[in-house]
Amino acid sequence: MGTSSKALTNSSEFVRDRLRGRRFDTTGFLFRVLLLGTLFITLLLLTTLIFDVVSGGWSVLSTRLGSFLTGKLSISATTAGISQGLRGTFFIGLFVVLIAFPLGVGAAIYLEEYASRSRLSRIIDVNIRNLAGVPSVVYGLLGFAIFVKALRFITGPQSNGATVISAGLTLAILVLPIVIITSAEALRAVPDSLREAGFGVGATRWEVVRSHVLPYAGPGILTGTVLSLARALGEAAPLILVGATTGFLSEGAGYSLSSLQERFTAMPIVIYTWAGRPQEGFRSATSAAIVVLLVVVLLANTVAILLRNKYEKRR
Amino acid sequence: MSPEARVKSNRDSSRVANPRLEIKRSPSDVPLTDVEDVEVFGVQDLSVYYGSFRAIRNVNMTVNQRQITSFIGPSGCGKTTLLRCFNRMNDLVEIARVDGKIMYHGVDLYHPEVNAVEVRRRIGMVFQKPNPFPKSIYDNITFGPKIAGIKGSMEEIVERSLRRAALWDEVKDRLKDSAMGLSGGQQQRLCIARALAVDPEVILMDEPCSALDPIATGRIEDLMEEIKSEYTIVIVTHNMQQAARVSDMCAFFTAEVNETSDTRTGILVEFDKTEKMFSNPSDERTENYVTGRFG
Repeated sequence: MGTSSKALTNSSEFVRDRLRGRRFDTTGFLFRVLLLGTLFITLLLLTTLIFDVVSGGWSVLSTRLGSFLTGKLSISATTAGISQGLRGTFFIGLFVVLIAFPLGVGAAIYLEEYASRSRLSRIIDVNIRNLAGVPSVVYGLLGFAIFVKALRFITGPQSNGATVISAGLTLAILVLPIVIITSAEALRAVPDSLREAGFGVGATRWEVVRSHVLPYAGPGILTGTVLSLARALGEAAPLILVGATTGFLSEGAGYSLSSLQERFTAMPIVIYTWAGRPQEGFRSATSAAIVVLLVVVLLANTVAILLRNKYEKRR
Repeated sequence: MSPEARVKSNRDSSRVANPRLEIKRSPSDVPLTDVEDVEVFGVQDLSVYYGSFRAIRNVNMTVNQRQITSFIGPSGCGKTTLLRCFNRMNDLVEIARVDGKIMYHGVDLYHPEVNAVEVRRRIGMVFQKPNPFPKSIYDNITFGPKIAGIKGSMEEIVERSLRRAALWDEVKDRLKDSAMGLSGGQQQRLCIARALAVDPEVILMDEPCSALDPIATGRIEDLMEEIKSEYTIVIVTHNMQQAARVSDMCAFFTAEVNETSDTRTGILVEFDKTEKMFSNPSDERTENYVTGRFG
């Protein structure tokens, strides 16, 4: 009895010792510090950027925000405004939403839900991925050749085709591959068991896609498409190639349909042009314009997040 | 006209895409005494391939009406593959190919004129993992009847299906709640109710209890026993006690290894009354399996 209880004490003491030993996991700690560092650097860069543009544009934003938003392009930095840039950016966004979204989401649904896994579909898949990596300048050239020159009679005969229609179509094409890829990924994330459940009660493919696959993939598709919208709103290079105006614009900068066939500018172009002006006043105007563009993009993302949360709750 | 009869006549008149598939059936059609004789499925020399890989070969068997037929055997012997041929679920696997015939009331299910969607309306399925739609309990039940074009009171269909699946009392006060909030066992019974809602003739069950605890499993087994009087059930199970408990007929499959290509092809070893399979099987391999000496 005595020896066996002693052995027990010994062994439990041994276990206690082993458990208590506080060992320091050096590699694990270093890895964690490294990860934290990357996060810190990223955040630091972002806050620096935002602080820089907000402080740079503060003199404009705080004193004449209203006239800055509603004013027109001008040679004088103190009166210059971005209404025409906002208008162009609005229409570009509209084109992307109306053209790239339905085309891209539709193509993705076909590829993921209908097309058979053949060699051809793999080739198409790879090529769409490659298209997403093509530099935006190349899309600008494409837009110039197709919309500005070949389709000038539609895009704007009076303005030599250098209109917001050409710009909107060009940027819609630019983001199309991104829309397809993100939508396809959202569709791929739909579990097959859900499709089987639908087929199992005698649904057709269309009924399964409409009632189960799309509602499930919807939030993911939405997030991806809105991110691509943000990309389109920020592009400057293709707009330069399709002939966005950097100087003055004639009157008629309204939101009417006929104004679509007039010359145009957009926020990234306004920023690009103003940044090149030597006058001191344009420096703060440039920063203010950047802040406005950032807010526009943030608003688009916020809408997307709100919509996504609304639909995800229904799951 | 009872609601049940209305549902049936509606489906039979409007939703039969292929007249050759029209089958006279209703639980009251055939007196219960001679149910043993009514053949629902006749499998004739069936082989299934995935690409060039042969998953199961030369299966011959029959499934009778209002009986529970169980498929047992070790993993990878093609039980699920065979089951998924019964409602053309394997169509969804692009590389799957079927050789031989599955006759369903005399109609070859793989005949080019047969509409797979219509097949799945008559031959429902319950899957291994409960897979309710991420929607309300109510919507889970009504989806099938709605797409089948069944008019009439959805409330009635929902209540009847949930009652048959022994779930009604647990969920009647929260039909609008998400099905994802149910427990695993409840979800599986909801999936059974969903399958029953379109009023199929056959229910295929692919290891329906493998993700459930013994109590939930017991409930599903009781449920199967109960609905057996109206439905033909084919169940794949890894649980031999379950096969012995619930099934009338039992098929034992095993895999034979092809030494040249190192692949495994499923074969049907023995198919007989469950009682005989578990007490006095004719094949030594069956005996080894059911007594636990192998697999």
